[in-house]
Amino acid sequence: MSVAAAHVTDSRETRSGARGDWSSLLYVAPFLLIYIVLVVYPLFSGMWLSLHKADFFGERVFVGLENFTRLLADKVFLGTLWNTFYFIVLTVPALAIIGLGLALALNRTTRAAAVLRGVFFSSSVLSVTIVTLLWRVVFIPDGGFIATVLEMFGKPPVAFLSDEDLALPAIAITTIWWCIGLPMMLFLAALQQVPKELYEAAALDNAGRWKTLWSVTLPSIRRTFALVIIIEIVLQFQLFGQAQLMTLGGPNNASRPIVLFIYEVGFNRWDIGYAAAAAQILFGLILMAALAQYFVARRKGEA
Amino acid sequence: MAELEIINVSKTFGQSKVIDNVSLTVGAKEFVVFLGPSGCGKSTLLRMIAGLETVDEGEIRIGGKRVDALPPGERGVAMVFQHYALYPHMTVRENMSFGLRNVKIAPAEIDRRVAAAAKMLEIEHLLQRKPAQISGGQRQRVAIGRAIVKEPHLFLFDEPLSNLDAALRVRTRLEIAQLHQRVDAAMIFVTHDQIEAMTLAHRIVVMNNQRIEQIGTPMEVYSRPATAFVAGFVGTPCMNFAPVEITGASPFVTLRLPDGSMLETRVDRKALPEGGRFKLGVRAESVRPCATGEGNCSGTVKFVERLGDRTLVYVLLSDGTTIVAEDAGMSRIAIADAVGLRFDSAGVHLFDDVRGYHAAEGA
Repeated sequence: MSVAAAHVTDSRETRSGARGDWSSLLYVAPFLLIYIVLVVYPLFSGMWLSLHKADFFGERVFVGLENFTRLLADKVFLGTLWNTFYFIVLTVPALAIIGLGLALALNRTTRAAAVLRGVFFSSSVLSVTIVTLLWRVVFIPDGGFIATVLEMFGKPPVAFLSDEDLALPAIAITTIWWCIGLPMMLFLAALQQVPKELYEAAALDNAGRWKTLWSVTLPSIRRTFALVIIIEIVLQFQLFGQAQLMTLGGPNNASRPIVLFIYEVGFNRWDIGYAAAAAQILFGLILMAALAQYFVARRKGEA
Repeated sequence: MAELEIINVSKTFGQSKVIDNVSLTVGAKEFVVFLGPSGCGKSTLLRMIAGLETVDEGEIRIGGKRVDALPPGERGVAMVFQHYALYPHMTVRENMSFGLRNVKIAPAEIDRRVAAAAKMLEIEHLLQRKPAQISGGQRQRVAIGRAIVKEPHLFLFDEPLSNLDAALRVRTRLEIAQLHQRVDAAMIFVTHDQIEAMTLAHRIVVMNNQRIEQIGTPMEVYSRPATAFVAGFVGTPCMNFAPVEITGASPFVTLRLPDGSMLETRVDRKALPEGGRFKLGVRAESVRPCATGEGNCSGTVKFVERLGDRTLVYVLLSDGTTIVAEDAGMSRIAIADAVGLRFDSAGVHLFDDVRGYHAAEGA
């Protein structure tokens, strides 16, 4: 039936299109103008820029793919690529699982659950500056929260943010705390779509708590689960503020993500062609995740 | 032995009572229908039997064992939901075997039961499909199949036909009746459709306002309704009601209809409670149109409904009361005709006008 409906809309569009495509273009023009100026032009301009050796003032020299070959040999860039992937592995599964756990725990109509939903979502509205300030206080070895707790047990403080192995995990924890609201809300919305009768049928089918979670709840929200994973991958690829404010990418590049690399190469070293090339690689990676999201969302529409 | 006993069960949601001191016994292999308007508590009662709602007061026993504190799965009942409640991500086969796998029944036995149920319901070719890939009627069968494979002693149906179109509803109704012949179990069926209740039930439990109004066989409920509510709810068209006065008793009472005409009945005065005011109840089939002056009263025809096999004639009495009478299918009565009405005294019921209880009937 949807196929037939699609045909009807198609033919209608063609007819009205033939009659007045210029007047309809007029309605779309304001959006189209902004879209072209702010999205399409910078996108292609960035791609073009990545093929040049350029700074902000001097002239641009076309260098072909040299920026890209340089990037692939650049240990720092490859390090940031690795850091970014590592960061995604640290944050995305945790965001999905903790978000689902919170949603399952708070998916009830009590007053306490409503308040807690607000509390857990509230961190998402804070700006990155405040979040990192807060977590610096937790992590710093000199009188920080964790250091104080360790001290109570007679342990020496740990310098999370200046330890190569702990800096990125510390940023990951901060990020999870900051971003947990969105996955939780998406899961809550999905859980509320599961018909109550399914749980009643499961109760009559002798399914226990875990069996019901595994066989009824999780399959019912699996598309939301995929959606959360992909949205979070796209978001966490763009890690910047937390690293910039908490560690400046250090120590020894251990917590430097791609976006910070692009920023520093472009705005500190003024090698903007090189930065644009790195940005194209990030764009490619995010595009892949976004396409995956598009296919998941489309499958959802079909079902 | 009684399969199900409900003893003085009550339930409240917040301030409002949803089940008010209900007692009921269902025998083994009995088919009982809960009939009533929406909000009367019939679905809640069914869900309390299933264990989906808690019991605030009273006891529920299934097969002699008290179950009202047990979880739904341990009560030995199977339920068919109004919206089927099939697991959308499981195939038909998985839907049917899920409950059996959860109680660790041997795979060979599960296969045997699923195959037998699928054969009985003619859904063998659907076993590998998912619920979204089959029609509403087929889903209904799968839902029934999921109940059958549990081999329960008590089936619970919560308005299972309400989502089907008219033709399918009649067919499925017949199939449920046949299913009951084949399985060795009692069935409880909730509906607001009196035809489903009349055709399926051994006994009908008519509910209204959180209480049971009457329990009886379909014909008992139809021909001797315990209350004015039952009389009005069961039967199409609705029973005629009119306030009456008792004028004479020698020994049968004579009634004065609201338009002043007199109606002699076969009701013994002694059968009626002392004092009190009464309401006449009479079904259309017990009132026949006749020539003016020949019947018990007369009036003007307001409306005629031709149903083919019979004709319903809405007659307006001089005081404004409307009485529906039944005439033959080929009736020539037309709107605005003046007609007389002849009451069949055996079909006359008297109800207590205040409390609605059935007080007496014609024969």
